[in-house]
Amino acid sequence: MDTQAEKDQHSSSSADPMISIRNLHKSFGDNNVLRGFNLDLYDGENLVIVGKSGSGKSVLLKCIVRLTFPDQGEITVLGKDVSLLDREELDELRVDVGFLFQGSALYDSMTVRENLQFPVRRHPERIGDQDLEEVIQRTLASVGLEHTVDLMPAELSGGMKRRIALARTLMLQPKIILYDEPTTGLDPITSREIVQLILDIQREYQTAALIITHDLEAARIMANRMIILTEGIDYARGSFQELAQSDDPQIQAFFK
Amino acid sequence: MEAFRSFFEEIGRITLFAVRFFREVFRPPFEFRELLYQCFLVGNKSVALVGVTGFIMGLVLTLQTRPTMEDFGAEAYMPSMVAISIVREIGPVVTALICAGKIGSSIGAELGSMKVTEQIDAMEVSGTNPFNYLVVTRVLATTLMVPMLVIFADTIALGGSFLIENMKGQVTWQLYFNKVFQTLTFEDLVPATIKTFFFGFAIGIVGCYKGYTSDKGTAGVGRAANSAVVIASMLLFIIDFMAVVIADIFI
Repeated sequence: MDTQAEKDQHSSSSADPMISIRNLHKSFGDNNVLRGFNLDLYDGENLVIVGKSGSGKSVLLKCIVRLTFPDQGEITVLGKDVSLLDREELDELRVDVGFLFQGSALYDSMTVRENLQFPVRRHPERIGDQDLEEVIQRTLASVGLEHTVDLMPAELSGGMKRRIALARTLMLQPKIILYDEPTTGLDPITSREIVQLILDIQREYQTAALIITHDLEAARIMANRMIILTEGIDYARGSFQELAQSDDPQIQAFFK
Repeated sequence: MEAFRSFFEEIGRITLFAVRFFREVFRPPFEFRELLYQCFLVGNKSVALVGVTGFIMGLVLTLQTRPTMEDFGAEAYMPSMVAISIVREIGPVVTALICAGKIGSSIGAELGSMKVTEQIDAMEVSGTNPFNYLVVTRVLATTLMVPMLVIFADTIALGGSFLIENMKGQVTWQLYFNKVFQTLTFEDLVPATIKTFFFGFAIGIVGCYKGYTSDKGTAGVGRAANSAVVIASMLLFIIDFMAVVIADIFI
């Protein structure tokens, strides 16, 4: 269901995809979660993947950063085959790929400042000559939470945790950000704020984003393109409007 | 039979985890700051409990042994007997068991909870080696700090023993510790100290293994903490037995 406009957009960028996935398979025992999934993520775009719970969306993201090994298939990120990288090469690649976890995954024994310092202390080259404290303040400002710098994660609300987790991801200035259900568990107002923040971040930091969600309103606002993940494959692709108008009952099930 | 097999399978997995520790311990970056912090936590968390236990250990051992020694007219040997008992066996084993309960369970629960809440995955995807940061530092900290806690507990226990000797037999501080140091030899101190490094290593590696590989879910965190204590305690007795046998052969 790739449209001509979509193809034009990609050809005009005349660049290789930042993430390319071909024929991805992953099983857990008898449960075949992914059965030949394909995806291309291009520079500067927001690609939203929608699927039912348990359809393998989070597994897909974990395969991209090799937190999980696929059974079969090829994953190329920024031109590198993820399965062939050694530990050092993988770490180098991972700093270019930010990951926002569904539960935020803030280090709960550290303050917000220490959470933001943590990745940069191990990769100081990412901020160059800039003062670390200034970078922390600037990054917190970009998510609107400068005043939380000395708080512990337990003192933050769900939405604030999500923002801080995003700020921590931004500290390494990644080229791609993977969002795992960024609005799940949040109230509708906070969800919209997070969606707006993701769009603002993409504009400010010029990142590409791969967003996993089952929040269709969020998908409508964020997506340049969408993929419907069902039965372990990339069942349908297109813009939000194209998919919403589809006659296919499998696709319509998501929009009802 | 099944339980017997799964116990040895678990020991095998812990051994593989320990092999990974030795591979990673020499691989940069070296997390010195975190190591010092973990040493502080391990020592600070346990020093009060270890001190109180050591003191009571010295008091009780002396109180219970003294009447029998008096029957044989051998109360002059009390400092020597207590010193050898505490330094060679009771001090290291009791202190290590306390540490297995307090530090081992705490490491198991902490890492288990980090695993469940994806904090370990978050470290991994930010280009940090979580094994290096979490496991290597904690295992080194317990390996270094448990011997220090044992030395501290031994000292306090001897202090407790002196208190009873002083009250019951009017023994002076100088006389008591003169007797202690006359009795203790190289053969008593060195094997007893070396085995405490192994105790510390066992506590750290089992706690980290159980936490790092815990199942998903809060029940998994509880299981990790609990089994860290059980397995570490069993390993302590096995190590103690092996240390005694080896010391008996070579010294």
